[in-house]
Amino acid sequence: MLVLQIIVAGIAQGCVYGLIALGFVLIYKATETVNFAQGELMMLGAFTGLACMGLFGLPFWLAAVAAVLVMAGFGMLVERLVIRPVLGQPAFSIVMLTFGLGYVARGGVTMVPGVGTDTHTLVAPYKGSLMEVGGVVLASEQMVVIGATALLCSALWMLFRFTRVGIAMQASSQNQLAAYYMGIPVQRLNGLVWALAAAVAAAAGMLLAPITFVHANMGFIGLKAFPAAIIGGFSSLPGAIVGGLIIGVVESLSGYFLPEGFKDVMPYVVVLLMLAVKPSGLFGERMRKKV
Amino acid sequence: MSGILLAARNLSVRFGGVLAVNNVSFDVRRGEVFTLIGPNGAGKTTVFNLISRIYDPTSGTLEFNGRALGDVPPHQIAPLGIARTFQNIELFEHATVLQNLLIGRHIRRRTGVWKELVFTRGVREAERDTRRKVEEVIDLLELQHHRDALVAGLPYGVRKVVELARALCTEPKLLLLDEPSSGLNVEETEDMAFWIQDIQRDLGVTILMVEHDMGLVSKVSDRVLAMNQGEVLALGSPAEVQSHPGVIEAYLGSVDDVSSLRRENHKEAA
Amino acid sequence: MRFIFKTRYDQDIDLAKHDGHRFWYGLLFIALLAAPWLLPEYWLAQLTFVFIYAIVAVGLMLLAGFTGQFSIGHAAFMGVGAYTEAFLAAQGWPFPLSMACAMGLSAAVGVVVGLPALRVKGMYLAIATLSFGFIVEEVLARWESVTGGNAGLMVQRPALFGWTLEGSTAFYFLCLVCVAGSTLAVLNLLRAPTGRAFVAIRDSEISAQSMGIHLARYKSMSFAISAALAGLGGALYAHQIQFLSPEQFGLVQSIDLVLMIVIGGLGSIHGAFFGAVFLIGMPQLISMVKDYLPTAIGQATGLQTVVYGVILIAFVMLEPMGMYGRWLKIRTWLELYPFYRRGMFKRQKTFQKSERLK
Repeated sequence: MLVLQIIVAGIAQGCVYGLIALGFVLIYKATETVNFAQGELMMLGAFTGLACMGLFGLPFWLAAVAAVLVMAGFGMLVERLVIRPVLGQPAFSIVMLTFGLGYVARGGVTMVPGVGTDTHTLVAPYKGSLMEVGGVVLASEQMVVIGATALLCSALWMLFRFTRVGIAMQASSQNQLAAYYMGIPVQRLNGLVWALAAAVAAAAGMLLAPITFVHANMGFIGLKAFPAAIIGGFSSLPGAIVGGLIIGVVESLSGYFLPEGFKDVMPYVVVLLMLAVKPSGLFGERMRKKV
Repeated sequence: MSGILLAARNLSVRFGGVLAVNNVSFDVRRGEVFTLIGPNGAGKTTVFNLISRIYDPTSGTLEFNGRALGDVPPHQIAPLGIARTFQNIELFEHATVLQNLLIGRHIRRRTGVWKELVFTRGVREAERDTRRKVEEVIDLLELQHHRDALVAGLPYGVRKVVELARALCTEPKLLLLDEPSSGLNVEETEDMAFWIQDIQRDLGVTILMVEHDMGLVSKVSDRVLAMNQGEVLALGSPAEVQSHPGVIEAYLGSVDDVSSLRRENHKEAA
Repeated sequence: MRFIFKTRYDQDIDLAKHDGHRFWYGLLFIALLAAPWLLPEYWLAQLTFVFIYAIVAVGLMLLAGFTGQFSIGHAAFMGVGAYTEAFLAAQGWPFPLSMACAMGLSAAVGVVVGLPALRVKGMYLAIATLSFGFIVEEVLARWESVTGGNAGLMVQRPALFGWTLEGSTAFYFLCLVCVAGSTLAVLNLLRAPTGRAFVAIRDSEISAQSMGIHLARYKSMSFAISAALAGLGGALYAHQIQFLSPEQFGLVQSIDLVLMIVIGGLGSIHGAFFGAVFLIGMPQLISMVKDYLPTAIGQATGLQTVVYGVILIAFVMLEPMGMYGRWLKIRTWLELYPFYRRGMFKRQKTFQKSERLK
């Protein structure tokens, strides 16, 4: 029973990782850039929600929606102002740029007088209540996380399955010049992708906030999402979620069964194992240059 | 010492459901220029990639200089004496032409890491020797003005020559040229023809090449192998293969087209 | 622009391309030799830090800038070197021996960390190195019998058979010798076949293989040399800082190292030095300027983070060639005045091509 509870907690945490990893993979699939600031976007989303609830007095659900929308706009803005001018540079430089963005976000939030350096609690209406399912006692926060993730994923799946956006995104990631010639509005697409990734991160933030606290260093959780994306295979959206779940469960189980300190390291050990055994991840494709 | 430098026997390679190369056999004799022709997708570059050990054959054998190539890792192909150029130029873009050619001399290095860290006199001597050898190739292919230019800024025709130069720097016994004249204008193609002949005659290098320009093929080749859809169509001298009906059908244009072309020429002459 | 008429191959092989090089670098070296008597103690310590970080930066530049293998867990090697040195010094080992051991152990760890590089590239490799970085940091924290764990470890002064290196001047000279030696070693490598093989691997692995370069061997070598240099830097760092704790070698330090080489200028040894100067100099600059800013900004905890982030973004957007690139442009402008053309260093507008297919 206890093990089941631990697994469920791991799944809930894993959903959060999965959502952040989803953001990574979205941006990577479209622009081949890895956005190291994804965790910080999540943090900004959580703070936006907090501000909506605290400053504007919005109820939780409305604040969550507002946070997602605001962050979507923010993502589009970031893409327009900062990412667009540097596309064409080697991938490593762009990755460093996203590091810089993360730094600015983290430092900027810390600098907000009074609010920035504290940890805050986000009061969600379902916080604290418990549910009993089949003899297992589960916290509602965790169920909400899992449910919301499932909803989000289906929405995204429908977006990519039934619209031409997905193919257009893939095309522009493989050969931008050719995509331009084919009439694909590459830059607008990129803006959309970043908006989507930021929105997903914000959702993750709002889901995570009731479980942990809201503070400026929240973004470091995003680092664990990288192993998730790798395990799933960096080019696969469902893989990101699966990877996140795996990492969450591994972390949860090792926190319980293994001695102190292993919990933080296990995700990385798993990632190294995966790279040794199947470098392209569970669902990724093996790309090789044809000469 | 047998006259056959490279022997391919029943070579086949399958990628998923596609049989890219099907039961291909041929011999390349020492000192000749052997050309592979055929439509796109015939498997010519795949054969090259099999020789370079980028791919493993599904069945069949390759033998070079009496030695089976079946288990040789890709980086040991160059020391055996096989060098190649690539269809879509694979130069080291962020280095100068000179550095690209110096890298070509890698297999002839005599010094190890520890000596190089300290840059002993032996290392300096070796560097000078390497440079001398590279300069010989630069002289042969007339790359003097491009010596210190970054490859990334060079025009396409010059890059093709640099690829050829880099392959020559390894002092190969067998040179694999993948479409040496593609993208070159008439004058550059003529230069390429002369260089191929020079390399064959003066340097004694055996050349195996893939080519689409029939003029160049007729001019420099000793023997030609025509391929289509992974299989061998015809093998013989350039004239024989180019008048082979199967080859004309699959690749050069139908018999009618060619004969009407001949009638045109006769009309003009008359 | 100076025109060099070359008559011997040695002119291309030499490190100093013309007399101007020899003059200015000679002058620099003399200035550095005289520094202990010219600079106040605090600034001498900062200069020592610059040397230490420069050693690590040169190693990382070799790995990331010249071999194209990106390592964002590099602080782990520094940590291994630092703790090895601290441990051996406490056992009474003479410092040349203990430093050599620190370098060797770091190199060994480097080869292990480099194993994923033999199978994966690009982003996957970066995450793999990041993972190793976390694992090593955790090991350093848990292996308390050797490292003292999170409580920290005191470091003794470097000693050689009873003669201890007292005082900052003696240590400064040790660092100067180390940085000069490592830089020369790496520069020598780069003008020899090994260095060229590294560059070949960066630009086109398939081509490098067809030139006879054994990818696995050279990638491992690059990791080993880079890690050894980081280990040396770490060992010196241990003595300079005198108190070690595992979080000094965590993610923040790793990112700082990468920041150094990116801002300094990726792909040149000069860039490593520029980056080291930036990394040590920027906090000093910030603390000097802080007092002139309104209290709300100046005293905020996040100020340094924000400034670093903004500078990083600015460099990637405006000056991708880094500080060294900007210096090259300024120098060319001065040399060519008034004939400098704004387009001389202009990068062709490139459209993004898939790096997955490299």
